[in-house]
Amino acid sequence: MNITEKILAKASGKQAVRPGEIVDSNVDMVMVHDLTGPLAVEAFKKIGIQKVWNNKKVVVILDHQVPAESVKAAELHKTMRQFAKDQNLQIYDVGRGGICHQVMPEKGHVVPGTVIVGADSHTCTYGAFGAFATGIGSTEAAAVFATGKIWFKVPPTIKINVEGNFQKYTTPKDLILAIIGKLGVDGAIYKAAEFTGPTIQSMSIAGRMTICNMAVEMGAKNGIIEADETTRKFLEGRTKVPFEALKSDEDANYERTVEFDVSKMEPQVACPASVDNVKPVSEVDNVPIEQAFIGSCTNGRIEDLRLAARVLKGRRVKDGVRALVIPASQEVYSQALNEGLIKIFTNAGAIVCGSACGPCLGGHIGLLAAGESCVSTSNRNFIGRMGSTKSSVYLASPATVAASAVTGKITSPSALEAKA
Amino acid sequence: MTTEIKAKAIKFGNNVDTDVILPGKYLVLVDPNELAKHALEGLDTEFVRKAKGGVILVGGKNFGCGSSREQAPLALKYSGVKCVIAESFARIFFRNAINIGLPVIESKSISKDVQTGDELVVDFEAGKIENLSNGKKFQVNKLPPFILQILADGGLIENLRKKMSKK
Repeated sequence: MNITEKILAKASGKQAVRPGEIVDSNVDMVMVHDLTGPLAVEAFKKIGIQKVWNNKKVVVILDHQVPAESVKAAELHKTMRQFAKDQNLQIYDVGRGGICHQVMPEKGHVVPGTVIVGADSHTCTYGAFGAFATGIGSTEAAAVFATGKIWFKVPPTIKINVEGNFQKYTTPKDLILAIIGKLGVDGAIYKAAEFTGPTIQSMSIAGRMTICNMAVEMGAKNGIIEADETTRKFLEGRTKVPFEALKSDEDANYERTVEFDVSKMEPQVACPASVDNVKPVSEVDNVPIEQAFIGSCTNGRIEDLRLAARVLKGRRVKDGVRALVIPASQEVYSQALNEGLIKIFTNAGAIVCGSACGPCLGGHIGLLAAGESCVSTSNRNFIGRMGSTKSSVYLASPATVAASAVTGKITSPSALEAKA
Repeated sequence: MTTEIKAKAIKFGNNVDTDVILPGKYLVLVDPNELAKHALEGLDTEFVRKAKGGVILVGGKNFGCGSSREQAPLALKYSGVKCVIAESFARIFFRNAINIGLPVIESKSISKDVQTGDELVVDFEAGKIENLSNGKKFQVNKLPPFILQILADGGLIENLRKKMSKK
């Protein structure tokens, strides 16, 4: 079996499972946030039981409309605070956590080899730690609150093997965009995507999270990477739960294997309005932008901010462009302060906002007007995603977004460097 | 209960995402009837008027891709959508629709032989779709019995209530 199959077999009390089989799986952790939680609470109340199945396994994180931008959002937050209090749940309130997918692993709620569900599609991020993690809806989260169980159809797995060393300004974000560009937005629909190979093995946790985060953008049920020494180091001091780092068997079953080599890969850009509309940055050069966004559960980690700061240091955001930087969590924010990165951003003329989802889903800060374009480190560029249905979103790495903020048009970071 | 649905079709293309089904700015709304006022606003500002009285949505591949927002199928259901037929679905949307009692059916060739305005009859339990406007019949991936039971119960919560009260 491969890792995904091993985890699902273990969680459903079976010796072995095969793709297509429907299993009734135990859940090790369930997460809801401020936009999916209230519907889950309402549904949970209708089931007619008093307490969640295990209050240590339900986490509430306020991160989307944070801090509350409207009375309606404030009401949603109030609902979640009350539910967490009544049920004695761990809640990460405004200023105490940050984006759910950053907070979950940071605070030790993600353990390799476990089954994690979250009422957010990017829950697949935790596959970076060798967990089976996938997004669900609010009603289903309520059912998990009640029972601690969920059904899954065991997915066939696509193996994505990556080799080669990245060039200076090419990043895991560029790799995952290239992968989605090749496989398509429905290329892994209903399937697991297992990322392997030397490039993945030598990648930081931050990079692995970026990769697994976007597995859902090609329709995957989950993205997954074997836990190893890098994983162990990250989790040290964060979780006390002992874990078994499951590995795929030598003769494990894969639907197919896809090979990538990053050694000659240039930075990639996903153009509007589909995540698979991916081109090398040199072909998108000169597209004018009004906004540049560095942040989100895809690319708001300290490594991302360091990279953006390296490009922005001693430079200015172009007049007419607004640059938003949003550290993914309070922990990342604090680290960025200590490292002097926040100062580099403010000196460059960027605005640094509090840890939250920000403009990524068009709900809160930094929305776009008709006719405007944003180059963003986030994960979706659908029509109207970041505001007006007549605005455009281009997805790229923190380095490319930072370079574009300086020139006011989509720019390769190497091209910016060559100019200096 | 009857599992037959008869209504006019409204057709969309591939990869209809949850941001066009229900834009993020409306996620603070809680009343499903309020959500319904913005159903599919990202693709067709006239959709809500057209859906009134009941329609069957027909989509291409990867219908409902993107966010896990259950508000997307809720908005469709309350705007008058009786069922969604697509060539394939994004899995979270598929599960969400079933969990709120909105039938979703996969049919590989549906896009080719259905146009907006055609009269469709769907029996999701029997696994049959017919286009009454051109007489074409379609192959359907039948739903497993436990999913049909969730739909018959009107959604996952009622299904779970029944199961838990039996214990």
